[in-house]
Amino acid sequence: MNEITEYLTEEHEHCDSLFAAAENAVGEGDWALAGERFAAFQDDTLRHFEHEEAVLFPEFEACTGMAAGPTMVMRDEHVQMCDAMEGMATALAGRDARAYLGLSETLLMLMRQHNLKEEQILYPMADRALPDGAALVARMAAA
Amino acid sequence: MAGLSYDQGPVLAAPLRLFTLAPLFLMLAAVAAIGPGHDWSQGRWSPDALALTHLLTLGYLGAAMQGALLQMLPVMLGAPLRWAGGLSWCGLLGLATGAPLLAAGLRWGEPALLSAALVALALAWLPFLAGLAGALLRTPSGGAAAWAMRMAGLALLATVLSGLALAGGLAGHWPLPDLPRLVDLHAGWGLFGWITLLVVGVAYRVVPMLQLTPAYPRRLQVALVCLLVAGLLAWSLADELVWLRAPALAAGGGGGLLFAAVTLYLQRRRRRRLADVTLDFWRLGLVALVLAALLYLALAWLPATLRGAVEVSLGVLFLLGFAASLVNGMLYKIVPFLAWFHLHGQGAARAGGLPNMHEMIAEAAMRRHFRLHLVAVAWLTPAPFLPAWAAAPGLLALAWSGHELWCNLRAARARFLVHGGRLG
Repeated sequence: MNEITEYLTEEHEHCDSLFAAAENAVGEGDWALAGERFAAFQDDTLRHFEHEEAVLFPEFEACTGMAAGPTMVMRDEHVQMCDAMEGMATALAGRDARAYLGLSETLLMLMRQHNLKEEQILYPMADRALPDGAALVARMAAA
Repeated sequence: MAGLSYDQGPVLAAPLRLFTLAPLFLMLAAVAAIGPGHDWSQGRWSPDALALTHLLTLGYLGAAMQGALLQMLPVMLGAPLRWAGGLSWCGLLGLATGAPLLAAGLRWGEPALLSAALVALALAWLPFLAGLAGALLRTPSGGAAAWAMRMAGLALLATVLSGLALAGGLAGHWPLPDLPRLVDLHAGWGLFGWITLLVVGVAYRVVPMLQLTPAYPRRLQVALVCLLVAGLLAWSLADELVWLRAPALAAGGGGGLLFAAVTLYLQRRRRRRLADVTLDFWRLGLVALVLAALLYLALAWLPATLRGAVEVSLGVLFLLGFAASLVNGMLYKIVPFLAWFHLHGQGAARAGGLPNMHEMIAEAAMRRHFRLHLVAVAWLTPAPFLPAWAAAPGLLALAWSGHELWCNLRAARARFLVHGGRLG
């Protein structure tokens, strides 16, 4: 009965690992590796946002009638995270470790408090509210 | 669902005014303890030691913890404190006046000062407790972290009520039938209940969140909270039921050791390998907790002649080494992030044009604070075994570290304002 929570929490974990790997490479000054790892992190994070915004949130809003509630807050925070990632991409292109690490620290706080709210509150609500979590997970996996 | 929205969280001014108040008490405590005629290191019952303890616990830790909970409960448990702005003002006014009044009242045994402190501290804590109780009861979040914080909230309630009873009793408003016992209960519930359980509950969420460590194992989370609560209850009843003394000692000391060991182990397995001043503050705090727990366990076997000094060392390790280190580390994550977050949320600029977290407070300045704090803890822990004058360099380091922290927090505030941020 926790399919949505488990699937999306797993995606968070995966993105966290990619985030840390990219940051560690910047910290070690390995820019080529950092570029690869950051690209993987950004791609998978954007795919995760897409899973939520295109599949989960519309279903959740339709089922609960909460269109201007938690999903709106989560969408706003996705925009903030995208802004921070754009800044990191610019810093990476300019090989500016100081700017990258300052922004990655900021993104980490933003991302982790966002994830915590989703994992503690939104996903469990979705698991309770949506009738067929397994089918929804299958749609996200296929997207 | 209010907890999902920062718009419904407090404005930046609410936690920030408490955070910037807190380090002033580190400076005040250090300055108050310097100079001839002070006997804080000679035993925890000395008026100087009582005064200093309350400047640290009420002033520094109290202000920082109130500010942090106003800000973090919405994220950690999905439960904001209602009337956060009002609570913050009550905390600021109550603690800024109440902690020095209480310290002075205890130092000089002056009933008028104690009476004034009683009123100010009731203002600081009773509304906050009501708000905290509402949030902890409303939270949709389950699990060991929420339970640890609920237990910490109960311990805070016991600490505050016993503290107010003690202040009023010492001021002569009502009789205090068993003063030493009430003082012990007050200290035990404050230190082992409120501070330890709060740190444990916060760590369950914050350590994996900020340091990208594995999560604390679920069963261990529950077992540790049960162990600490059982230890606290057993310790509270051990005067009447003597057979509870050994289990209480083992549960309290063992619980502290277990928490520190597991957290240090998880931090070794963190995915983020970068140097991080918050991580260093946490490691220092956890090592101090290990030493404090070992001293606590050793107390039962120590000769009575050594006990007074060891208890003071234990207090320094626990309050400055453990609790203050963790609070310092957390402030360096919370304040720069909030400054950035509110600037971004207020539409001051896109993320790339805003100062990032590292630019809100310079890394070198945080490092300087860490080193001063480390010197203060290392110097003051053995101070009870040295001549009184030998503590002076440690106290100077403490005052300087408080000043450094205050400057760093003010720097973040100044950068926030320079970039067009609105505090309220």
